[in-house]
Amino acid sequence: MFESLTEKLELTFKRLRGQGKISEKNIDDALRDVRLALLEADVHVKVVKTFLESVKAKSLGQEVLQSLTPEQHFLKIVRDELTGLLGGEYRELDLKAAPPVVIMLVGLQGSGKTTTLAKLARYLKKHQKRTPYLVPADVYRPAAIDQVKILGQELELPVYDSNPQTSPVVICKQALQEAKKRFCDLLLIDTAGRLHIDAELMQELATIKGAVNPHHILFIADAMTGQDAVNQAMGFDQQLGLTGVVLTKLDGDARGGAALSIREMVGKPILFAGMGEKLDALDPFYPDRLASRILGMGDVLSLIDKVQQNFEQKESERLQKVIQKQQFTLEEFQLQLQQIKKMGSMGSLLELIPGGKKLASQVDADKAENELRRVEAIINSMTLQERRSPAILNGSRRRRIAQGSGTTVTDVNRLIKQFMEMKKMMQRVSKGGMKSLFNRMPNPFH
Amino acid sequence: MAGSFFQRLKDGLTKSRETWVQKVGSIFENQQWTEQTLEVMEESLLTADVGVKATQKLMDVMRKHTPSASEELTEDMPTRLRQAMVGMLQASNTEPKVPPLSVRPWVILFLGVNGVGKTTTIGKLAAHYKADGKKVLLVAGDTFRAAAVEQLEVWGQRVGVDTIKHRAGADPSAVVYDGMQAAKSRKIDVLLIDTAGRLHTKGHLIEELKKIRRVIAREHDGAPQETLLVLDATTGQNGLQQAKVFKETTNITGIVLTKLDGTAKGGVIISIQEDLGVPVRYIGIGEDVEDLQPFEPVRFVQALFEK
Ligand SMILES: Nc1nc2c(ncn2[C@@H]2O[C@H](COP(=O)(O)OP(=O)(O)OP(=O)(O)O)[C@@H](O)[C@H]2O)c(=O)[nH]1
Ligand SMILES: [Mg+2]
Repeated sequence: MFESLTEKLELTFKRLRGQGKISEKNIDDALRDVRLALLEADVHVKVVKTFLESVKAKSLGQEVLQSLTPEQHFLKIVRDELTGLLGGEYRELDLKAAPPVVIMLVGLQGSGKTTTLAKLARYLKKHQKRTPYLVPADVYRPAAIDQVKILGQELELPVYDSNPQTSPVVICKQALQEAKKRFCDLLLIDTAGRLHIDAELMQELATIKGAVNPHHILFIADAMTGQDAVNQAMGFDQQLGLTGVVLTKLDGDARGGAALSIREMVGKPILFAGMGEKLDALDPFYPDRLASRILGMGDVLSLIDKVQQNFEQKESERLQKVIQKQQFTLEEFQLQLQQIKKMGSMGSLLELIPGGKKLASQVDADKAENELRRVEAIINSMTLQERRSPAILNGSRRRRIAQGSGTTVTDVNRLIKQFMEMKKMMQRVSKGGMKSLFNRMPNPFH
Repeated sequence: MAGSFFQRLKDGLTKSRETWVQKVGSIFENQQWTEQTLEVMEESLLTADVGVKATQKLMDVMRKHTPSASEELTEDMPTRLRQAMVGMLQASNTEPKVPPLSVRPWVILFLGVNGVGKTTTIGKLAAHYKADGKKVLLVAGDTFRAAAVEQLEVWGQRVGVDTIKHRAGADPSAVVYDGMQAAKSRKIDVLLIDTAGRLHTKGHLIEELKKIRRVIAREHDGAPQETLLVLDATTGQNGLQQAKVFKETTNITGIVLTKLDGTAKGGVIISIQEDLGVPVRYIGIGEDVEDLQPFEPVRFVQALFEK
């Protein structure tokens, strides 16, 4: 839906070519582009304003780096600044406290508290060798206690048997005793969703806090939240003192600018990102990735992750060798196509590459997908020998392949030409690894 | 690095937390209509999640009507802005459709992304129809989320209506099919169908919804008579994208805007109405049964300008 910031900046800077320095005059248009991108990403208006001032101050008078175009250089400043504000490096959740360590999850209705509770339990058990005890303390929403119990069963973790007639404060106190008896070293408390302006319910949370002294109070925030994120997070922080934030539902296409607003207003680290409804869909939070996402720059890092996950290590080592030995054949190419298909739809992959949105808008993902299918059909119509040594593909063979695959000889010719180019490119970059491959990938769809 | 930036921001925001509404109010009181006040106004609209495009459009309207410096700001400047906003919201009919007695069952399908309040809305609406003397039946179409079936059932018991359900993990269209059958044989007036929350970006889950719609349509001509997208008022610009995809794929006929009892303004519905012409039918302003109300554009816009 959104035109990418990269595209807009390209246009803006085109007008400014030949100017070696970023100056007051030429930066205003570029800042306007960034402002729009941030607002469309739901970053709070005030945060946008202050952010732009600081980017402006940082960029003024800077020599444009030799290796970068002005827009790349400017974008780098913007991205680095944003990454810094989002917390810089990834941070591990600290659990250094006398056991049982108590963690309480709070947030608005439907933000994802209960699901995140289960995800966290699973995550901390797996990665930090903890023995979690789950406490359903939402006595208000129908079936909220059942929800925790079912999730506990799924994870094979103990759940405190909360009585919905009991006050949440009493439930939490008793559950803490119970956890000690069971030698559980982690107590995870699920609280009912509430509005930050609901004085009575906020007081209840404060009382629970006083009673069980949580090591962490995590604010569970929906990545789709708009400008109100600031009010919400500040409300919870002022009344409870938050220690961190978990951003949920990042598996959608919301840009997640709310995270920047929250981070700026409460100054607490964002720790995890919820990436789906399943209980393993919890990722550590990486500020640089979200910075790219907010700016609509595509997420090269997660693309690389995705590629790596799908290419098993061995497979990618094998491929590396094949390329180095100049044995890259159409047969190999066919295998790679299958790998690509495993990674997801063409559209979703394209969106991950910077400038990929532009690509997608030029060709549209469906067309690309069709193109991919056509390429596959062509290769499938070849004999094994032809796939291994494309040099033998003479005119009559090409005609036969075109017929067999329901394409034209021109299609076949083009594919073979593209394949040869690709082979050359792969050899050139085989030493540079995956990253440089993506950087130099030509537009295969035209 | 964050130090001074952080401080400046905090200062700025604490001030702004007096709410933009008050500021807009003071613009109107000051009777000063300068470029600067227009800027404050623009900022205010953005803060209400109205979105860049719709805000730009409203600002253009205002700029055209800006009196010259010598001219006094007339009372009707703020009114003009409100009118422009109401106009954008009234582009199509927002009246909740009243189930006619001749159509039975009147089927309403609820859908939306995760955590927006579908089940609660169904509970409230069931109470409303029940009080109206209608025979109501619920269908627990969310077979995915843990305890979602139980949650709807509790609402059913509260209101005093039955719930058609299957086991957790069952095929949702199978439950819906049973719901349709039950509605016909029990001569139900209004059938309310819950579905699992799903992001509009998940192709296979959207396909599942389409299948549910096909089952409903096959069992009863013209059904579902309403397909309501439930949208959380705290949602920002992504709301537009949600509405777009759900409209294209499942043909939503209206929107329920929930959680307006918080501090969020739900301004994104202005863009949704502008771009897609999907009207808001109801608003949710609390967790109790009576906290579901018909949407009134004039009141909604007024609320944007009140504390
Ligand atoms: N797609 C997606 N859905 C999520 C994620 N986290 C939670 N959900 C879904 O969001 C909905 C609400 O999640 P819950 O965990 O019940 O939220 P809650 O904050 O406990 O809700 P209340 O207790 O009702 O206030 C459910 O449908 C979850 O499956 C996520 O990271 N991605
Ligand atoms: Mg919950």
